[in-house]
Amino acid sequence: MTDRPIVDPAVPSIVSFRAVTKRYDAKSIVVDDLSLDIVKGEFLTLLGPSGSGKTTTLMMLAGFEWPNSGRIFMDGQDITDLPPHKRDMGVVFQSYALFPHMSVADNVAFPLAVRGIAAAEARRRVGEALELVHLTGFGDRRPGQLSGGQQQRVALARSLVYRPRIVLMDEPLGALDKALREQMQIEIKQIHRQLGVTFVYVTHDQDEALTMSDRVAVFHEGRIQQISPPVEIYNRPRTRFVANFLGETNMLPGTVVSAGDGFARIRLGNDAVLRGRAGDGIAAGQEAVLVVRPEAISEIHAEANTIEGTLLDQLFHGDHVRVRIAISGGQTVQLKLRPQACAGLPPAGQTLRLSIPAEEALILA
Amino acid sequence: MSGPRQSLPNRFGRFGLGLAAVTVLAFLMAPLIIIVLFSFKSSGDFTFPITGWSLKWYREFFTTPTWMDALRNSLVLAVSTTLLATPLGTMAALGLAAPQLPGRRLISALLLIPMIAPVVIVGVGMYFVFSMTGLTATYPGLILGHTSLAVPFVVVTVSAVLTGLDRRLLWAAASMGASPFLTFRKVTLPVILPGIASGALFAFATSLDEVVVTMFLAGPGQRTLPREMFTIARDTLTPTIAAAATVLIAASIVLLTASMVLSRPGANATR
Repeated sequence: MTDRPIVDPAVPSIVSFRAVTKRYDAKSIVVDDLSLDIVKGEFLTLLGPSGSGKTTTLMMLAGFEWPNSGRIFMDGQDITDLPPHKRDMGVVFQSYALFPHMSVADNVAFPLAVRGIAAAEARRRVGEALELVHLTGFGDRRPGQLSGGQQQRVALARSLVYRPRIVLMDEPLGALDKALREQMQIEIKQIHRQLGVTFVYVTHDQDEALTMSDRVAVFHEGRIQQISPPVEIYNRPRTRFVANFLGETNMLPGTVVSAGDGFARIRLGNDAVLRGRAGDGIAAGQEAVLVVRPEAISEIHAEANTIEGTLLDQLFHGDHVRVRIAISGGQTVQLKLRPQACAGLPPAGQTLRLSIPAEEALILA
Repeated sequence: MSGPRQSLPNRFGRFGLGLAAVTVLAFLMAPLIIIVLFSFKSSGDFTFPITGWSLKWYREFFTTPTWMDALRNSLVLAVSTTLLATPLGTMAALGLAAPQLPGRRLISALLLIPMIAPVVIVGVGMYFVFSMTGLTATYPGLILGHTSLAVPFVVVTVSAVLTGLDRRLLWAAASMGASPFLTFRKVTLPVILPGIASGALFAFATSLDEVVVTMFLAGPGQRTLPREMFTIARDTLTPTIAAAATVLIAASIVLLTASMVLSRPGANATR
């Protein structure tokens, strides 16, 4: 149900997975009955923990792995059995995969040489590609003489220089340090906007997924849990897994009291009844969780949709303060407040009322 | 340990280790050094002290038709063996590196048998098999015999570089549109070339030094350098044999140096 493809019929899809399953042996199913449509020109991120099937999905798209069942289409043509060198895709690996025996320029020129492009034209395009990744003048160096970030830029230039219709990236920034990673995120995003090529990007880093993507597909146990734009993935997670995997969240278990109009009421362990948006298939009487982000819970003196608790502690983080509140029933709720908003908080051990905006709370099965 | 000055037991330990290393090295080198010294000795006996120096044994070696015959045969065999064993061993190593190959361990073990089995057994076996096919006392027979001994060395050296070859290099080439053959020619081959070259040197050296299989397979007229030395050493011990040995030792040192240069890290960084 959750891996139903979500496609805008007006925008043509460039790649379609149809009921693709990959297993290495009878027990371990890596990709489970996956259907997915990749929109032409989009930046799609496959996000998930390791072993969730995201990399295997990418490798099947590149042609380095083959599905046990199901078909993969590109521009309507069945490419399931097409060897990788006939797929016209660019691939960037975490390990860079630069040819150690060739100079930077020869590495970037490789796909052009394969296509029989004349030397003068190839030189011009290599120059353009190196300029795109800010490596003009590095053409004569060997990959081994470059830093990790520079090597990954060469790999990027090499995957773009022949204008493939789709560029696949397998955790390309995984080997870089944090500052460099953030800079490369911006550059990759800029290149995507500039060239308009379809990017499929694999990562386990939720920040990377949220900042770079047009859409994020969250993988878990070989299935896509949800595929949506970043804002929607973050604000309207459709499963507990997605809510948990992206960002911090509070999850309060309870029983659904009533449901309708896209909203529902849930009775928590301490008998408090709270209102929130109803997730897929929420009906009265079922066990569910109330999901709310720490930054959504705010005001202390509000009348509707409130819950009482005891303040445990405050942790100052510079730009925000984390406040932990124990509500009856043994649950702890986390708040993320602006430092200025903490002035009126009672001391630890005192009770207070929290307001949970129904618009920003979700009730999920 | 205390400070920059080493304690007495530690210094003593280092001295002991150095002494042991030098002793073992001397033990290994002594026979070779003595042979080289005798090859330059003017009188024709193998005794110390050496009273005069001369190049006459070298002159004799390079002017005696039987020695020159043996040298030429040895070189022809070594070159032919190298030319045959290198591609065969490389292809075997490439095959063994294929992830989907069934029975890889068994095939690998079978390929390495000639390297592990006693050479005498291999020699006797080859003699029987080759005599059935009329290959004994022929050059093709000798080349095949040497090749079967040399192939395992090529397989081992090429396999070693192949395990270090990142599969993603090949995937990257394929994604850029290179066919499997082009990928092999432009990526795999250049990257594993140092391993192939050092395998080829091993093959050459194996054939050049080979005496046991040669004894079984070679005809009376088919002298090789090691075989001739063996015969001479048994019958009439002349210092010419020392000169011949020195020539072989020199060749081995050249080959060993070449293989070390080829396999040193970063050897493939310059094209």
